[in-house]
Amino acid sequence: MKIANLLNIAWRAISRNKMRTFLTMLGIIIGVAAVIAMLAIGEGSKQSIERQITSMGSNMIMVRPTSNVEGGVRMDNSTIQSLDEEDIIALKKKPQYINAISPVVSMKGQVVNGTYNWSTTIQGVTPEFLFIRSWPLKDGVPFTNQNVKAASKVCLIGVTVMANLFPDGGDVIGKTIRFKKIPFKIIGILSKKGNNSFGQDQDDMILTPITTVQKRILATTYYQYIYASAIDKNSSDSASAEVERVLRKTHRLKETDENDFTVRTQTELANILTSTSSILTILLTVIAGISLVVGGIGIMNIMYVSVTERTKEIGLRMAIGARGIDILIQFLIEAILISMTGGIIGVIIGISATKLVTYFMHWPTLISQSSIFISFLVCFITGVFFGYYPALKASKLDPITALRFE
Amino acid sequence: MSVIVDIKNLKREFIIGDQTVKALDDVSFTINSGEFITIMGSSGSGKTTLLNILGCLEKPTQGTYLLDGTDVSNLSKNELAALRNSKLGFVFQSYNLLPRTSALENVELPLLYNNKISSRERKEKCIKALESVKLSDRIYYLSNQLSGGQQQRVAIARALVNDPVMILADEATGNLDSRTSYEIMMLIQDLNAHGKTIVFVTHERDIAAFSKRTITLKDGRILSDTINKKVSSAKDVLENLPPIIEEPIK
Repeated sequence: MKIANLLNIAWRAISRNKMRTFLTMLGIIIGVAAVIAMLAIGEGSKQSIERQITSMGSNMIMVRPTSNVEGGVRMDNSTIQSLDEEDIIALKKKPQYINAISPVVSMKGQVVNGTYNWSTTIQGVTPEFLFIRSWPLKDGVPFTNQNVKAASKVCLIGVTVMANLFPDGGDVIGKTIRFKKIPFKIIGILSKKGNNSFGQDQDDMILTPITTVQKRILATTYYQYIYASAIDKNSSDSASAEVERVLRKTHRLKETDENDFTVRTQTELANILTSTSSILTILLTVIAGISLVVGGIGIMNIMYVSVTERTKEIGLRMAIGARGIDILIQFLIEAILISMTGGIIGVIIGISATKLVTYFMHWPTLISQSSIFISFLVCFITGVFFGYYPALKASKLDPITALRFE
Repeated sequence: MSVIVDIKNLKREFIIGDQTVKALDDVSFTINSGEFITIMGSSGSGKTTLLNILGCLEKPTQGTYLLDGTDVSNLSKNELAALRNSKLGFVFQSYNLLPRTSALENVELPLLYNNKISSRERKEKCIKALESVKLSDRIYYLSNQLSGGQQQRVAIARALVNDPVMILADEATGNLDSRTSYEIMMLIQDLNAHGKTIVFVTHERDIAAFSKRTITLKDGRILSDTINKKVSSAKDVLENLPPIIEEPIK
């Protein structure tokens, strides 16, 4: 039997009943469109989170002290003084997977420029910090290791700070601002980074040499954080392990002791943040998938009715020479045609709906090719699966009984 | 003149509950090519069963049936389907056209199940078949746009299109008024005159009068098998009908 002929026969049969065919398709259309849209929205939000994470820095590793128990009292994080220069020296000794390290101390406070003032965070860092956070300057020059040694009163300011302290604009480089009564000379402006994935404004910040904050403001020798950067994306786990190994040594921890610090990699953070979005995507897609299955049951239902309704036609076809297998394939092709056509329309509607969501609600969306491919595959399988049983029933009819069926 | 149908000691039994019903009991006859036979009998006489067997839709319980030299009793279901497709044409009482489908597509149907015919050849054959039933001006009419007589003529075209060795008609005039019946009979006589072998099942005596030979069945046995010495012409009958006021059916 020529497949072209059977396709022809099946096509004629379903186009004879356009309204019914369309209504049958509707279930598939809605199902596929929902799956496509849900996946696109899910993928989009995942991507946007990933983009935000990437904007935080390049393969960043964050170390912060954790509360350890001293005499039964769990100490507050900020009072812990476990990270210090010894750690930095040890880490810099023979790094294998790390290419930049910067300790960080930070404090909140009021910064003043003449009549303007602004509450912000001042972070003491080393020059490598800008590399770790992949944060280029918009204007001016970064401070140097020399500045760090000398505890120079220079600073780099974020764009939010600049906007609030210098609302009138003009050249900011070279001007002096005050923090805790200490004058800082602005030598550079950080480029805009925007909000991080927690909604914090990353541009609301002043960077100065770490020694300046440690010696002139806080009078401390400890660090609040250590930021480091792995040599590449794939070695971020090895880098994190390296940091842990080195710090356990410098902190003289016994085998049985817990770490008195935590090491977080950017990858981990990304995973944590995207996992929520992933779960939501899976959930929504499953719901959309259920509607696809319901659509498939709709096809089965209609094919069943169709077989009964067309019993006489089947009898006639058999009388004039159709074999059982020809009838089976005809009905199977009808079901597949309905589901695949529904799939195509569903994909078009799904893509349009996604575009509308992006346009009107400004949600990030991403239509992946695989989601379209999978939708088609599912449609095909739905057609075969739900069309097979009715088709089998049709092919098993006895021509004489079928012809006499009223 | 070749033998199209050779039936010997044909038996067909149905088992209903614990009873055996003999629908056909020891039936033997032959049909030569170019014959026009009517099979008559009251209901329950076995004529439908005989037609089903002649049409290769059913197999006999006993006996042999050679259709155009092929022994039907040993064939599988699929082989029977192929045989029906190539050697037989069916005309039914209720036309059995596909609804909302053009005359052309209805006539095409048997050829769609035949792989050897290209789509161009198919269309040519269909148009020729529709011409031979005088419906060349109705090729693209949908089946529901045609009158009963026209629908039956489409069905006859469908039976002709695969150039069968025998056309089997089952009460083909049963749903038509007498004038249209005569028109159909005229067409069938015409086809027969062109050499088609026709087996026509009916219970109407005046329809049987148009055939050349009549086999009458009773209780599954052949009651009589007579050659019709005086075949009446459907054309003459039509001409002698009182004129009707409405426009005659084309």
